[in-house]
Amino acid sequence: MAATRGFFGRGRAERDPRLPPGQYDAGRTWPVLNAEVTPKLSTDSWTFRVEGLVDRPTTWSWDDIHALAPSTYEGAIHCVTTWSKFDMSFRGVSLDTLLAIAGPQPSASFVVAYSHTGYTTNLPLADVVNGQAWIVWEVDGRPLPVDHGGPARMLVPHLYFWKSTKWIAGLRVLDHDEPGFWEVNGYHDRGDPWLEQRYQGD
Amino acid sequence: MVPDVTGWRAATVLAVSDETPRAKTFRLALPEPSHHLAGQHVVVRLTAPDGYRAQRSYSVASAPDGSADIDLTVERLDGGEVSTFLHDVVAPGDELEVRGPLGGFFVWDGTMPALLVGGGSGLVPLMAMLRLARRSGRADLVRLIVSVRSADDLLFGDEVAGPETTIAYTRVAPPSATRPPGRLRADDFPAPMAGETAYVCGSAGFCDAVGDLLVGLGRPAPSIRTERFGPSG
Repeated sequence: MAATRGFFGRGRAERDPRLPPGQYDAGRTWPVLNAEVTPKLSTDSWTFRVEGLVDRPTTWSWDDIHALAPSTYEGAIHCVTTWSKFDMSFRGVSLDTLLAIAGPQPSASFVVAYSHTGYTTNLPLADVVNGQAWIVWEVDGRPLPVDHGGPARMLVPHLYFWKSTKWIAGLRVLDHDEPGFWEVNGYHDRGDPWLEQRYQGD
Repeated sequence: MVPDVTGWRAATVLAVSDETPRAKTFRLALPEPSHHLAGQHVVVRLTAPDGYRAQRSYSVASAPDGSADIDLTVERLDGGEVSTFLHDVVAPGDELEVRGPLGGFFVWDGTMPALLVGGGSGLVPLMAMLRLARRSGRADLVRLIVSVRSADDLLFGDEVAGPETTIAYTRVAPPSATRPPGRLRADDFPAPMAGETAYVCGSAGFCDAVGDLLVGLGRPAPSIRTERFGPSG
């Protein structure tokens, strides 16, 4: 469609090249978006599990997962509702470390991440290995706040942030794709912000 | 036939009207009947002559009525690139690119009991639900609780009032109000009806506070759906 009458946009001169198309810089704010009631999870009873097509289905307690090699991500996050945030610093453990312990079987090709609230999201296995995904419990040097998924969330920063499951409870490793909560409700199965894969059909 | 709502379509602005000093309703004509569900949103995309684009999501305020017309009620956010453009520039006859209506979770199909709780402009998607309930003769299925700072902030004016509706003023209550001003409390909420789902829409802080109140009143967390309005401009 042609240009919108009277619209010229603002701030393009200073548009950050790190911003994917259709995104804006949220600056210091960190909007909160989730579709369910924020749960109160105790780290005493918190667990994270990897199951499905793996040789060694494994459940980690809060202490177990903290005993693994720490890993950090520093960089941007992008929400499908069009905000992005730069220079974030997250600390936790790489999914590579967790998957190496569980041992995905040769047929493994997708995962469903699920939360302690029942939220789910689907990802290709290839998107959560090789230093691309984490379970994190610290942001900018502080414990991850509960409204941002604390005590621990998944982090897959190269995809839209609904893939970064809050209040993460586990991963089911599958040999097929199984659309999750937002994907069933019309969102894209992969969600690459640089390709603007917001909705099914993008 | 249900149109493909995942693509971008040109909608024509039919009318623009003031709801409050800070909110306007834009009546849009879609190319085909919308068949939307109460609670859904559309994405509005603006394109500059050089190809620069900005897009935001806005809830549909009108009930599905089989027509191609939908109402978007948009609160003006100071500094918001899209909402200020819509408020200051858009006029009847303009074309806007839209996608949707979209969203399959924060929707009500009009058949089961629903508790609707809105904070400020969070009333918009709930208004579509209230309008659907009334026009289908099932107003008995819904209870609406609206939290606003003052009468000036109440969207949809007289239309929102009715036997289904409780208005809670948080800062300044008009003389006619029986409830003293203040944030929502446990005793503002009715006992659940069998099979009832709660739809809570507002700021993140509002949704968290109401969610905690409803869980504290014994409602199961999975029966509570929230839609958080962020500072999305």
